[in-house]
Amino acid sequence: MKALRNFLDNQKPHFKEGGKFEKLHSMFDAVETLLFVPDTVTRKGSHIRDAIDMKRTMIVVFIALLPALFFGMWNIGNLHYLSAGESSTLWNNIWYGFLKMLPILIVSYGVGLGLEIIFAQIRHHEVNEGFFVSGLLIPMIVPPEIPLWQLAIAVAFAVIFGKEVFGGTGMNIVNPALLARAFLFFAYPGDISGDKVWIADKADAFSGATPLGNALVGKFENLPSVYDMFMGFIPGSNGETSTLFILIGAVILLATGIGNWRIMFTVFAGGYIMGLLFNLWGENAYMDLPAHYHMIMGGFAFGAVFMATDPVTATQTKKGMYIYGFLIGMIAILIRVFNPAYPEGMMLAILLMNVFAPLIDHYVIEGNIKKRLKRLKTVTS
Amino acid sequence: MQEIFNIFIRSIFIDNMVFAYFLGMCSYLAVSKTVSTSFGLGLAVVFVLGITVPVDYLLNEFVLQPGAMVWLDEGFKDVDLSFLSFILFIAIIASMVQLVEMVVEKFSPALYASLGIFLPLIAVNCAILGGSLFMQQRDYQSLAQATSFGLGSGVGFFLAIVGIAAIREKIRYSNVPPALRGLGITFIITGLMGIAFMSFLGIKL
Repeated sequence: MKALRNFLDNQKPHFKEGGKFEKLHSMFDAVETLLFVPDTVTRKGSHIRDAIDMKRTMIVVFIALLPALFFGMWNIGNLHYLSAGESSTLWNNIWYGFLKMLPILIVSYGVGLGLEIIFAQIRHHEVNEGFFVSGLLIPMIVPPEIPLWQLAIAVAFAVIFGKEVFGGTGMNIVNPALLARAFLFFAYPGDISGDKVWIADKADAFSGATPLGNALVGKFENLPSVYDMFMGFIPGSNGETSTLFILIGAVILLATGIGNWRIMFTVFAGGYIMGLLFNLWGENAYMDLPAHYHMIMGGFAFGAVFMATDPVTATQTKKGMYIYGFLIGMIAILIRVFNPAYPEGMMLAILLMNVFAPLIDHYVIEGNIKKRLKRLKTVTS
Repeated sequence: MQEIFNIFIRSIFIDNMVFAYFLGMCSYLAVSKTVSTSFGLGLAVVFVLGITVPVDYLLNEFVLQPGAMVWLDEGFKDVDLSFLSFILFIAIIASMVQLVEMVVEKFSPALYASLGIFLPLIAVNCAILGGSLFMQQRDYQSLAQATSFGLGSGVGFFLAIVGIAAIREKIRYSNVPPALRGLGITFIITGLMGIAFMSFLGIKL
């Protein structure tokens, strides 16, 4: 540890202004702060003393994502061997999935971090930890067979137009990971929807339709059992299938206070209530689907736990969070049931509410101001 | 009744004036700096669209359409005045906007001052004329349908402009690259909002 510190201290002057590698100072800074806690502290202005900073926040989210990630790897392998009709062991499955995920992870991090470093260099700010999580989220919400060049373009689009043009981490309007997925979805629909893409190297005879895909075309008899869907033994995007492992991540997020329980809870509540409302309406078979099925199919749980709770793009006020979460849940189910063009509604529901989150905040704050002015008036009069 | 409701919902979300047709961009970009002003402009657009579309519908139904004037005399059944629709629709819209302006000036001078030049500019807002022309093209069956289409389009525009105003208020403190500040970033946000609004694309009502 000490040797590493010494090494960094020795190298530091080269990256300072006037040094040999002046142009790479943001990269050096990123490596240094990744390895050691920076010794700079805030000097002026009011601030709260707390050990939590952006890096620790991001690392907790990263850890919370790991269970779902590892399950996703296992699931890729499992489905692949299942479709080929071969039996395999736990480790075989994980290894196969790991080899499938690795290029996706490398492309996502390589392109995203590369662009971040370029922007940090040009705009003279530091490389932020923000992409640390986004770079992991993106591989988890794409199919295992995604062509890597498409992924690279989508990541570049999301980082540049979703984040950097607004000034980098913490300033973005929409969630960059979701924006990357939406870009893929609208630009290359053939490679991110349909029945072919969800299982790696699928044998032709095996049906690769996701539960949502089956539901969309009305094949409700093909839906897997509740147990399978809850555990995640179903085709789907890499990390989104297992509700159980996502809930483990949710527990980590809630226990550490990183994820917001208000949003998480209201998204599930909104979706469930919408499901029940459709049950009451009951015009077609999709509406009659039990409400809890919606929670465990597709990306609903993943979106609720990891995407909707993104503190930057969600609403900031408490009352706003309830409205925001509730509407996400409702709109997601609404799109699923009503829109024949898209099997899944979670991604678009969250993007839509991201866009309207500032408006919700604005009116919540406005309402507070009005209420307090009224209170003031009654006191003074 | 259900059809009227469907037209209303569809014109708000699916055929949104701003995000589906990119109409009315000039006032949408220019007046969206603060939520309160854009709220006022949005309301003005709802009001104007809600009045001009039904009025233009009546005009279209009883004067302009091929054979529309048979109610005057049977001999008019070959008369087609639809080449006049642009100029007559514009005339109706201009007079309606004058009316709105007078009402706003009378009842809310503060709003009148903050809207400034943009209220008269509604007269040449493409969303307003677009509303009337869409109404003519889509061939709505009754006055109620045309009204619900007009109101729905207005509400769609209202949502769009208030939403982007809130975002622009939020990014006021963001470190946007200097070259993109102002209109540049607004166009990018509009594109992102357009992607979000695509969630409703394809819904059949």
